[in-house]
Amino acid sequence: MIRVTRRYRFPAAHVLRSDRFSDAENLRLYGKCANPNGHGHDYGLEITLSGPLDPLIGSILPIDRLDLLVRERILDRLSHRLLNDDPWFQDAVPTAENIVLAVQRELADALEGTSTARVRSVRLHETRRNAFECGSET
Amino acid sequence: MNDDRRVRLTRAIDFSASLRYRSPDLSEQENLTRFGPAARQHGHNYRLEVTVEGIPDPATGMVIDLKDLKRVLESEIMARFDHRDLNRDTPWFEKCPPTPEQFARVIWGLLRGALGDLLHSVRLRQDEDLWVEVGGHEEDKS
Repeated sequence: MIRVTRRYRFPAAHVLRSDRFSDAENLRLYGKCANPNGHGHDYGLEITLSGPLDPLIGSILPIDRLDLLVRERILDRLSHRLLNDDPWFQDAVPTAENIVLAVQRELADALEGTSTARVRSVRLHETRRNAFECGSET
Repeated sequence: MNDDRRVRLTRAIDFSASLRYRSPDLSEQENLTRFGPAARQHGHNYRLEVTVEGIPDPATGMVIDLKDLKRVLESEIMARFDHRDLNRDTPWFEKCPPTPEQFARVIWGLLRGALGDLLHSVRLRQDEDLWVEVGGHEEDKS
């Protein structure tokens, strides 16, 4: 089983709050992340793919194709934005957990039918101390 | 192999090599179109992380003597690849370009030959934003 991982970065802002909760509950739940004016991070995004190697070119997916895909589908969409404005997060709080799940869905959808590569895992470093991952562990 | 006495240890080595992406089944122009700048000779500072796994020997307390692992990495990897050209100085990339996936597979094969079942996984880092992992699963050992 061979896996290739590519790392990207994007800065973005978010507010962690939900209309399901009162202001007091949001503050209790999300603490300083509930600041209604927002805050931001330099996110580090690691995309891990697995799949057969194309015998002619020797890649799971050519890196330039992955870069283009991630730029068009993810980075152009999220970089230098307030994540709460994105349709992905109209019914979901833009926590790092929900970001990795949205990225995984988007990339899996883009690869389906166009490539034999599969998204094995998505890892998001929100700060140097916190990382979030979905998909297979190794 | 779930045995909670098993321990994994990882040793990293650094080496530098040159390469170009070239497929003999494509014309010169197709190679340039398909692989872009990577079709020209260029180089990388690779970092290889090799993980071995086993039950520590009750007498020595070691999974493997690090001196032995170091010797294997020297003869199997450093002697073959450090300050070499992957296309011209090694036999593995005549049919297929030395992508990190192909290169990691070659390294996995060489180290499986030298370390056998002790080898758990290898991670080849081409730069800080791109790496490939092989192994870490039972089916890899068959």
